[in-house]
Amino acid sequence: MFAPEIVIAAVINGLLTGAVYALVSVALTLVYGVLHIINFAHGAILTAAMFAAFFASQAGVDPLVALFGLAPLFFALGYATQRYVIGPASHGRDSNILLVTLGLSIVIENALLAAFGSDTRTIDTPYGFSTIDLGFIFLPMPRVIAFGVTCLVAALLWALLTRTDTGKAIRAVAKEKLGAALVGIDVTHIYAVTFGIGAACLAVAACVLLPSYYVQPRAGEAYTLVAFTVVVLGGMGSVPGAVIGGLFIGVVESLSGLYFGESLGQLGIFLIFILALLLRPTGLFGARG
Amino acid sequence: MTEHSTGITRRGALKAGAAAIGALAAPSYLRAQAAAVKIGVLQPLTGALAFDGQAGRLGAELAIKAINAAGGIKALGGANIEADFGDARSTPDGGSSEVERLASEGVSAIVGGFASPICLAATQAASRYDLPYIVDVGVNDQIVSRGLKNTFRFAPGSSIVSAQALDNLVKLNDAAGRPIKTIMLVHEDGLFGTGLANLLQTELPKRGFEVLDSIAHPTPSRDMSNVALAIKAKNPDLVIPSNYYGEFVLLARTMQQQRIKPKAIYAVLNGAASNYRFVKEFPEAAQYVIDTNHWYDPRNQTALDLKKEVDGMGKFFTYNVALNYSAVLLLADAIERAGSADRAKIIEALETSTFSKHIMPYGPTKFVNGQNTGAAPVNTQVQDGDIKVIFPDAFANAKPVFPVPA
Repeated sequence: MFAPEIVIAAVINGLLTGAVYALVSVALTLVYGVLHIINFAHGAILTAAMFAAFFASQAGVDPLVALFGLAPLFFALGYATQRYVIGPASHGRDSNILLVTLGLSIVIENALLAAFGSDTRTIDTPYGFSTIDLGFIFLPMPRVIAFGVTCLVAALLWALLTRTDTGKAIRAVAKEKLGAALVGIDVTHIYAVTFGIGAACLAVAACVLLPSYYVQPRAGEAYTLVAFTVVVLGGMGSVPGAVIGGLFIGVVESLSGLYFGESLGQLGIFLIFILALLLRPTGLFGARG
Repeated sequence: MTEHSTGITRRGALKAGAAAIGALAAPSYLRAQAAAVKIGVLQPLTGALAFDGQAGRLGAELAIKAINAAGGIKALGGANIEADFGDARSTPDGGSSEVERLASEGVSAIVGGFASPICLAATQAASRYDLPYIVDVGVNDQIVSRGLKNTFRFAPGSSIVSAQALDNLVKLNDAAGRPIKTIMLVHEDGLFGTGLANLLQTELPKRGFEVLDSIAHPTPSRDMSNVALAIKAKNPDLVIPSNYYGEFVLLARTMQQQRIKPKAIYAVLNGAASNYRFVKEFPEAAQYVIDTNHWYDPRNQTALDLKKEVDGMGKFFTYNVALNYSAVLLLADAIERAGSADRAKIIEALETSTFSKHIMPYGPTKFVNGQNTGAAPVNTQVQDGDIKVIFPDAFANAKPVFPVPA
């Protein structure tokens, strides 16, 4: 068996990986909770954001600085996509939205493929190889930063949803679309805002992910599947659920990788996915129906 | 009264027109050089293995350019070689469906495949059409042990490579006073990595090494932290990684980050350890990594010129480039000797090939059951931002640094 410090190190690694899962999942769960759509374009938007961060880095802007420009940019792009593409194309039917987002993901992925080819690209940051020494483990700086940024974004999002009028409007639309419209909330606008926030979260995730990962036109895909699991585990539409679910899944993946071998590391994730669906379909933090 | 048309009917006009066009076209057709010989170039151009696939395609393209510039296939009246590119999408299914397409488009032979699973599926699909297939890299021994008449592998397979890897490891270790006693294997969990790891696990103990563990990981992997942790826990003298590009880079970076410094990293058929791109992008992580792999002959002038050309294009002169370049030359030589673009005749010509104008450190080509027995790998080591050949002595251009200075 493994020495305790190795297990602890694996748990910490899992938490650091899980932070990125959490960030990607928060975006997915928010869009699901409000728009009631499964956004299949999620991974593709993440990939697009990673490419944006990559080229920002090539132009000499550190991803952590680029974040402040890319998050608003992706908010605007997300807003426009929902307002002018997904919304109108759905004609009010959820099944259409599903197909539109699926189509969007194919378009985005292949546009990236055509433009940049399928090479994996990595960036080099001054902190790329720096670590924090805990005595028994060296924590890679980029992933510690990712962890911190995730916590910050989750807190901001939480504040936005609970403390601001926009947040209240988002929650109102999520709960009761017709009622929200009747009290004067612009539902179309709120839909687009939510989608925009989701895209902005992905831009942030891309910026913190890139220094320790690589980008190619399908890089985001690996995160989408995990994000779906996290969302189901945490409860559809629940932001705290997504954060805790993400961290939990990260640890599960890390530990099952350690004990069952890397090839089966993903197995733990999907076992939990199935168990969650069987035993607690509403998720850890989901509203009971 | 019915009017009988005596003029030109539409059908008649079309016939006449077609004939006239035919007559006009005929002379230019006769003037043109002999019809081009179409060959399939199959590579994983997209997906996880795209980097290797693109490099392989580049090698094939450069060879075709060179052959056509030198007057094409002389036995066929200077016919040009024309490539039909197929994308295996980094999966065996993708490979075999592209073979179906290439076969129906009438290619005379196929070169490429890169990964073992793709090569296995693609050669089998090609065998249904008796379509000659030259495997560029795919090292799994099953590729040439299924009795497929159409399948030829120009490069050494995994048993040849691992035998040499083991011999050279013993030589290196003995020369350095036997600093290496314990070994850990890290391999990708597909056909290539697992096959190699199993073989090493039985052979290393026979040579006095203790294998502490063998860790499998999937391709693609997002994270190598756990693998690094396991290495750290067992603290082996030597790590032998067998994986594709992305995963080895992640592993080497993670090991650097976690300050895991075994006495040496001795790779076998690694996707990155002898790759200029890795050396350029992560010089610190790459320093002193040894690989047993395909490599161009550093004394061959054509190879050096080609490297200059590829460097000039801003691309990396990986072994994929050299192997596909050589494999296409080998095929062109077979077509030349067959004097025909006929598939069966090309297979016959390949069977008796003694081709030696390749750019690899091999002897003359000789196929036994589809395997080129003249093929051999070399040992390379990353030394100060360059990749040097350290074994065999006949091709070496540097001395090994072993074990790595602490």
